[in-house]
Amino acid sequence: MNDVRITDSTLRDGSHAMAHRFTEEQVRGVVYALDSAGVEVIEVTHGDGLGGSSFNYGFSLEDEIKLVSAAVDEATRARIAVLLLPGLGTVEDLRKAHGVGASVARIATHCTEADVSLQHFAAARDLGMETVGFLMLSHRVGPAELARQARIMVDGGAQCVYVVDSAGALVLGDAQARVSALVQEIGHQAEVGFHGHQNLSLGVANSVLAAQNGARQIDGALCALGAGAGNAPTEVVAATFDRLGIRTGVDIQGVMAAAEDVVKPFLHRLPFADRGAITQGYAGVYSSFLLHAERAAERYEVPVHEILQKVGEAGYVGGQEDMIIDVALQLAAERDRAS
Amino acid sequence: MSLTAAIVGPGNIGTDLLVKLLRSEHLQVHSMVGVDPGSEGLARAREMGVPASAEGVDWLLAQDPLPDLVFEATSARAHLANAPRYEAAGIKALDLTPAAVGPLVCPPVNLDDLADVPNLNMITCGGQATIPIVHAVSSVVPVPYAEIVASIASRSAGPGTRANIDEFTQTTARAIEQVGGAGRGKAIIILNPVDPPMIMRDTVYCALPADADTEAIAASVHAMVERVATYVPGYTLRAEPQFDGPRDIWNGHARVAVFLEVKGNGDYLPPWAGNLDIMTATAAQVGERLAAGRDGGDGTGGRGERDTA
Repeated sequence: MNDVRITDSTLRDGSHAMAHRFTEEQVRGVVYALDSAGVEVIEVTHGDGLGGSSFNYGFSLEDEIKLVSAAVDEATRARIAVLLLPGLGTVEDLRKAHGVGASVARIATHCTEADVSLQHFAAARDLGMETVGFLMLSHRVGPAELARQARIMVDGGAQCVYVVDSAGALVLGDAQARVSALVQEIGHQAEVGFHGHQNLSLGVANSVLAAQNGARQIDGALCALGAGAGNAPTEVVAATFDRLGIRTGVDIQGVMAAAEDVVKPFLHRLPFADRGAITQGYAGVYSSFLLHAERAAERYEVPVHEILQKVGEAGYVGGQEDMIIDVALQLAAERDRAS
Repeated sequence: MSLTAAIVGPGNIGTDLLVKLLRSEHLQVHSMVGVDPGSEGLARAREMGVPASAEGVDWLLAQDPLPDLVFEATSARAHLANAPRYEAAGIKALDLTPAAVGPLVCPPVNLDDLADVPNLNMITCGGQATIPIVHAVSSVVPVPYAEIVASIASRSAGPGTRANIDEFTQTTARAIEQVGGAGRGKAIIILNPVDPPMIMRDTVYCALPADADTEAIAASVHAMVERVATYVPGYTLRAEPQFDGPRDIWNGHARVAVFLEVKGNGDYLPPWAGNLDIMTATAAQVGERLAAGRDGGDGTGGRGERDTA
């Protein structure tokens, strides 16, 4: 009996860092290695979830349904999860993913907008999928409001609700308090999860605190491959939990080998807390904005961290990647006026 | 000559629409109809001197004379039930719900082709904000793919929108193709809870041929923004259209990105609720132009030109 179930998101959140260019071969290699190491759930989708392939978020190299299908084919024990952001992905997309064997539906909303997920939870349950709710940018509201939103998801059919630190902005006690509030509100009916990012290098520490406060599902990504400075690395989470006696069922040597031998060789850049990523954690900016901000910075010759700072001040939420270009244009116009 | 118009559905949308119709030179408000005797919208209509009833469509259809037009601001389900009754009574329906019983209409694009149709659907807020731009581009060059992102303030998204958000993305995507003229359409909607609320923003991306005439496209976009602004005064470009050259990941296509802001008129709904304002302003515009068309004249907002593409 495991204390915590690890969900690996290398092939979903890591898609951001790969500019959504995963190949089927890479997907098969990662799934094989994770499955062999005993990771129970593997998430495979465009970084922005089903239907994310677009101008706004970046086009996928391979059709994501084809990649989900390959992952299902490769896995012997692990279950394949897909992410869906209502307003972008639809029930139709979910049906397609389920049709090729995805069995866990993770439905993500901004932390105050849980009620847009209800039709998707209902559809997922009708399809017989396991359901997980994802409250993104959880630092934007306090523990009590976050728990109220988790309650909406559970009432709508979520079997687990995650505190998602999309900006890597939760600092230790912030994560602890939110996980505790959710456990208190929904713990008797559903599990609580935690998804950490490394922008302030606290993804693993926050995951430990989450597990110690009752979280039963924890996300990670191999080599930290993910948005911003990356995710809590699956291999570090597994090793640290093992040291603390938190049982995950993951083979430590196997998952370290998956990171070192399978993922690291195909990375173009290692996730790193550079000025842009730290600004995201510090200003509370959605981690997936990083590469988009870098591209806009180059195109309009304005500093990345200034774009991210402005995006944070404006309170933009996940999905508003178009506003990065808008902010860059405003900064460029200000610069031109000043010169 | 003018047309008479009833509003069915005395909620936020219906009330904002009422304020706009009361300013109209060509439309005369017949009545405001609801189903809840305690409705604030009905009370407000009465205060403004408009006949109002909580007895629903049964009451409306028992009136003599009947209205020429009905603006449906209820729900998709209600409109599906009401639409055949309006048609049987010879009342033209302008549908602000997602029911889409009739063809999708976007005034600067296809209204003149649809003037005789008994039931017209107003698409979605994001559709009314972006489809004119897609059309402006697709009337200059072929657009194999167009994508729109609508960002609205959380407080302006009602329970109906929230319970069935797929309806927005699917209806808007279809309209980008059928009305906007794109080969394939995609729509994305984001709810943002920031306080003070953000003004509605819309971004339109169109895939372009690698050698597209960017000056002609930019000119067409500017002309269209001016046209929409005649009936949605807060409709503005945030920046010049942004052109990016062809890329492999775009199948060799180039791209134009158009950044729009839709600030509401503040008639009943606050200015940040541009998404609701553009629906009511567009519906009012359709009514105006139908009335002006019947008149044979070229009245307020009723432009003489015919736009085919």
